[in-house]
Amino acid sequence: MTEFRPDPAPDESLLDEEGPAIEIHGLRTAFGDHVIHDGLDLVVERGEVMGVVGGSGAGKSVLLNTIIGLRRPQAGTIKVFGQELDRASRRHWSQLEQSWGVLFQGGALFSNLTVRENVAAPMFEHTRMSRREAHELAELKIAMVGLRPEAAALKPAELSGGMKKRAGLARALALDPELLFLDEPTSGLDPIGAAAFDELIKDLADSLDLTVFMITHDLDSLYAITDRVAVLADKHVVATATVHELEKSDHPWIREYFQGPRGRTARQARMGEDA
Amino acid sequence: MEHAAAFRIDAPEGDAGTEPPMAILSGDWTTHWMVGDGADEALAAELAGWRDVWLDLTRVRRMDTAGAFAIVRAAGRDGFSLDRLKARPEQRRLIELVDNAHRVEPIVRPEPKGFHSLTIRIGKGVVDLQAEFLDTMAFFGHLLVAAARMVVNLFVAPGKIRWAPIFGQMERAGLDAIPIVAITTFFIGAVVALLGVNMLRQFGAEVFVVELIGVAVLREFNIVITAVLLAGRSASAFAAELGSMKMQQEVDAMQVMGVDPFEALVLPRFMALLITIPLLTFVATLAGLLGGLMVTWTTLDLGPTFFLQRIVDNVGATHFYIALSKAPVMAGVVASIGCRQGLLTGGDVQSLGRRVTAAVVHAIFAIIMLDAAFALVYMELDL
Repeated sequence: MTEFRPDPAPDESLLDEEGPAIEIHGLRTAFGDHVIHDGLDLVVERGEVMGVVGGSGAGKSVLLNTIIGLRRPQAGTIKVFGQELDRASRRHWSQLEQSWGVLFQGGALFSNLTVRENVAAPMFEHTRMSRREAHELAELKIAMVGLRPEAAALKPAELSGGMKKRAGLARALALDPELLFLDEPTSGLDPIGAAAFDELIKDLADSLDLTVFMITHDLDSLYAITDRVAVLADKHVVATATVHELEKSDHPWIREYFQGPRGRTARQARMGEDA
Repeated sequence: MEHAAAFRIDAPEGDAGTEPPMAILSGDWTTHWMVGDGADEALAAELAGWRDVWLDLTRVRRMDTAGAFAIVRAAGRDGFSLDRLKARPEQRRLIELVDNAHRVEPIVRPEPKGFHSLTIRIGKGVVDLQAEFLDTMAFFGHLLVAAARMVVNLFVAPGKIRWAPIFGQMERAGLDAIPIVAITTFFIGAVVALLGVNMLRQFGAEVFVVELIGVAVLREFNIVITAVLLAGRSASAFAAELGSMKMQQEVDAMQVMGVDPFEALVLPRFMALLITIPLLTFVATLAGLLGGLMVTWTTLDLGPTFFLQRIVDNVGATHFYIALSKAPVMAGVVASIGCRQGLLTGGDVQSLGRRVTAAVVHAIFAIIMLDAAFALVYMELDL
């Protein structure tokens, strides 16, 4: 007779179950004398897909790096799931790291590991899963992001740009995070691949109830999948609203962004599809 | 000559003193046809002092950006209006583009020259050197803490130690280096023996060449040559590997995942060297002695038995232990300098190259300096 005995209860969650996913107040970051953000406020609600746009050099990637703790801000507070990053203990960090997944711009796959090992890496780090279990789960995630099973055994150098992004997404999703950070997920993809990737993110966000923080330049992505969009300009967030509200904004940069030829095309395409 | 850039100035109608003139341009206003003729300079001289001149470009056959720039410049810095331009649409567009770009005020920052710039560079160098030294010490301290944590883990949770990369690095940095280390020290032992025999022969003391080889190889060459070779072989490899991982954001990805890059990347490399450098030093010692033995055997006809007996009697193992005592320091130097330079790599390819070079140069420099310091200390201790 076999008996099932669960492990002793895992550490109780130190993170808030309610409230916004990300809260940023009065953030200031700078490289030496060059100030990137000053007095930046942003709230990302639980379960929403938040797009972040801004001109080149507006500090979108710096903001992302600051939220995930790769950079320290000069001033201001950042709370992720109610936990202030500056005051987080080691255990808090460990829980935060398990609660988010990050897709970097180039995928940032570990080049000396296969795709399967890449996706399994976070599992080895944070769970007591056996090698076989982790690899099986990794293969599941690889299939979920739409990669062929053969891709699991390939090294990142053997993948195309689009496949790398998909593999990166699979790794970001490895621990079933609640919060997904995407840094220009569709840059460098052809329009068909980009549309398919948008679709994939939308599907996953809906079915897994993810909160998504997505930096993008791609107007099609904004129209296709975001719930709200934060606009970074003049060192802070100048507006946070839905795409349709932003179209009516009279901020010069936003107007140029949405009313420019590309903005118009994207909007028309979207309206044609909705009709 | 129909291609050459040319122009004609039409006197203005009405009052000759106040109305701006009209310049009628013809020919090719391109880089090729303007250069040498001085048409652009002549035009500028004609129009100097006028605001709001009229320009007629309809007879210009071809015009490129250089030509447009010359025309805009000749028409005066801010005394040019597109209303007074007669031109074909594509020419008007080009003039407009160049005019807009020309109006952007370049930021002029006076560049320090000569002696001033020299003092600035020296000052920066001194400050950088200090910062570099402090950072290296901080890095080394971090490494020691990580190593201590690993030693604790060895007893508490051996499963947490990353054995695979340690063994992988031991193979690549240690095992694969055996041939080069052995061959190099073999020849260095042989050269020391040859020089020694020639020098000592003048005093009839050839036999003492054995002591010379013994002390040189057992105490200095084995560890220094090993460390220098590993600085060239491994410090560069570490810097390049970590640097390219840094460039591809792999290090960021690791950190976000909760893996300490220090523990996952730097510590295994340090551990691998810590284990393999003493072993390589032993190989180097054997090879160096063999090189010396070959020379004494062939030139002085002193056989292996005599050679080894003399080493045991007159040189002793203390010298070898002194060399081994330097091994952990050398491992720390090669691993920490190589890894630190790799992790400092910025986003561009040039910085990777600079970092790899810096890793090798700094590591070799540090090895020689530290070896000198060791020599002084041990001399004071009468060892």
